[in-house]
Amino acid sequence: MIDTTEPTEESVRKDVRTWLEANWNPNYGLVEWREKLCESGWGAPHWPKEWYGRDMPVKFNAVVDEEFARIGAVGVAKAGIRTLAAATILAHGTDLHKQKFLKRILTGEDTWCQLFSEPGSGSDMAGAVTRADKRGNKWVINGQKVWTTSAHKAHWGLLLARADWDKVKHKGLAYFILDMKQPGVQVHPLKQMNGHASFNQVFFTDAEVEPEMMVCDVGDGWTVATTTLMHERRGADGLRSWATASDKKGRIYEEERAEIATTMEPYKWYPQRAGRVDLVMERARETGRINDPVVRQEIARLLIMSKSAEWTARRARAAQEQGKPQGPEGSLGKLVASHVARQAARVHTYLTGADALLSGEESPMGGVIAEILVSVPASSIAGGTDEIQRNIISERVLKMPRETSVDTNKPFKDVPRNIVAPR
Amino acid sequence: MRFSFSAEQEEFRDTLRRALEARSPIKEVRRLMATDEGFDREGWKRFNQELGLTGIHIPEAYGGQGFGFGELGIVLEEMGRSLLCAPFLSTALASIAILNAGSEEQKKALLPGLADGSKTATLAFQEENGSIDASGIAMTATGNKLDGSKSFVLDGHTADLVVVVARKKGTTGNDGLSFFTAAGNAPGLTRRKLKTMDETRKLAHLTFKGVEGKPLGVEGAGGPAFAKTMQQAIVCLANEMVGGADRLREDALEYVKMRMQFGRSIASFQTTKNKAADMLVDVELAKSAAYYAAAALDEGDEDVPALASLAKAQAAEAYLQTEIHALQMHGGIGFTWDNDTHLWFKRAKSSEILFGDANQHREKMIQAWAQ
Repeated sequence: MIDTTEPTEESVRKDVRTWLEANWNPNYGLVEWREKLCESGWGAPHWPKEWYGRDMPVKFNAVVDEEFARIGAVGVAKAGIRTLAAATILAHGTDLHKQKFLKRILTGEDTWCQLFSEPGSGSDMAGAVTRADKRGNKWVINGQKVWTTSAHKAHWGLLLARADWDKVKHKGLAYFILDMKQPGVQVHPLKQMNGHASFNQVFFTDAEVEPEMMVCDVGDGWTVATTTLMHERRGADGLRSWATASDKKGRIYEEERAEIATTMEPYKWYPQRAGRVDLVMERARETGRINDPVVRQEIARLLIMSKSAEWTARRARAAQEQGKPQGPEGSLGKLVASHVARQAARVHTYLTGADALLSGEESPMGGVIAEILVSVPASSIAGGTDEIQRNIISERVLKMPRETSVDTNKPFKDVPRNIVAPR
Repeated sequence: MRFSFSAEQEEFRDTLRRALEARSPIKEVRRLMATDEGFDREGWKRFNQELGLTGIHIPEAYGGQGFGFGELGIVLEEMGRSLLCAPFLSTALASIAILNAGSEEQKKALLPGLADGSKTATLAFQEENGSIDASGIAMTATGNKLDGSKSFVLDGHTADLVVVVARKKGTTGNDGLSFFTAAGNAPGLTRRKLKTMDETRKLAHLTFKGVEGKPLGVEGAGGPAFAKTMQQAIVCLANEMVGGADRLREDALEYVKMRMQFGRSIASFQTTKNKAADMLVDVELAKSAAYYAAAALDEGDEDVPALASLAKAQAAEAYLQTEIHALQMHGGIGFTWDNDTHLWFKRAKSSEILFGDANQHREKMIQAWAQ
């Protein structure tokens, strides 16, 4: 019998609860359990039925998550670049890609990285100059990528490279899935001003890609990259929650904790990057600076901005949940978050006084305060600079004219570009 | 807490916006702001009665529509947008004070006339010292006899009913405060219209010499009602301000899209685009704060003292910054009398100062949170 009734919150809750009660067992190994989730479709219910999902509207994911949490069941691997890979493959990949990669993404067996940014193309990502040349039936890759989170661990990379230099900028790009574990790929950590090395530089010297690992035709690479970027931005409205490990005892929980620790390692300074507004009032009382009316004004400016930003994100989310067209409030989060971070660093400096001269264990809160001060500059750069955000707001939301383009009306080989010193 | 308006609220806003566009085009604003009264008594009465505006937040038991600060906020936002010249904010504040301070009987007697628009009213609390706190109130009540003066009173020269805050002789701060009502033409009350920088917002100076007031509520126990009224007043004003700021922003955007220099639209220059994006950020954040504060009032949130000040401070900064950018984007023409930008520029300025500026409200907010 075919069930044609539309799922409701109630029916979904009942179905997932019944399935979990019959199947969940904390003695499973992590991969073993996730394979069962893939079979049942409860690991990624909004995915298509033929690819480990249940074709359910995405709004029911919250209900499913609640039921998992209720019983203490572990879910599929969600954190990290692998989610961007999955979304891109689902939207543009071939059946071969789906078969080869999707399940291992959900089980957490494979990790991924995103090979987009280059030393010569940051904000202008479509200006990539990493080369993809056809030799025989293989693609050969030469060039350099940068800001690549987790590249040193990744099995696979999402690669944007230039395959046709006679076409205009956006039309000469191709999109590949690249095997990171090959001799032509070298990964070097990139040390940041805050001392961490969360990102890598990736060098390609005749790295190879099998023809079937091309995601789209030459010329459509930018379109596919846009899908990846869209999924990346979706997580940036300030309401994102970090993957957190359960503290329960048992084999599967231990395996999950280890996985999350590895995946989240590059991100451990990210709370400091956002300014740690949560610490401000407590620190102000502790240090006694709350009694200084000038400092109080600065704290108030920060809290007003941060609260208003939170409420603006909630307005955007409420509108989205009601199926209203996205209003302007939805495009502002990234820009506002960097204003908040900058003001927070100012305030933490005022609160800390001379101790703000110190670093590491010498600095207050075991180095957390020092880390805030040298991490917030990343907020207004990473994931689209403030300037790019303002362009997006003015052009897409306010419908102001685009800047006159000087690089899209000629073959890309004739476009002036940065000279990147050969290694 | 709600973070979006209901379909009914959106519909109400649309209807009101269209009605205000018809009723209060900028030509009419310019005509009325140049008059002594500052509004068209008969026209306002009809318009108000058609839409039930002054009764929107007043409970049905007192002749109102029974909605809350969410709806009152919508009305104010739209009025701030259109710069409507009418004694709406003043009458709303008077009714709020009566709701907070009055007895059941007094509410029944006084509010229906304000709700149905047959009377205009105002709240007179500030004095020449400009203080927004109870400590600034020096006017005395000896029995029901009021002596002293009030200043910066919204529409004070035209209000039919004046709600006034005075204190028992010898008391200070929040102690000994009482609310009274007096007719606008009460014997002993002298009213003088002040010449204002923002001509769309009329203010008056009121001198009381032995005016016989009618007390509201328990004599000498008006402190809490005064505090509550001030919090509600600044939330009202913040909502009015975000409406004006958004309008100013939109007008500037429209202008730069049209203006050509160096053979291209000035809206195509990044320096203009950056400003426009920043203006949107400022206004949207201020809206979020104003809406949140109104919702907090409706839900009886105990954090209201801080949230109200937060909304006012944020609205003040946003309106001010928008006004600066908007004028700059217009260039020379923005500095002329004939261009409309200065009307909102001045409204931004008057709103920034009225009921306490951003510095004062940041301090109030942090004081509330530091406890």
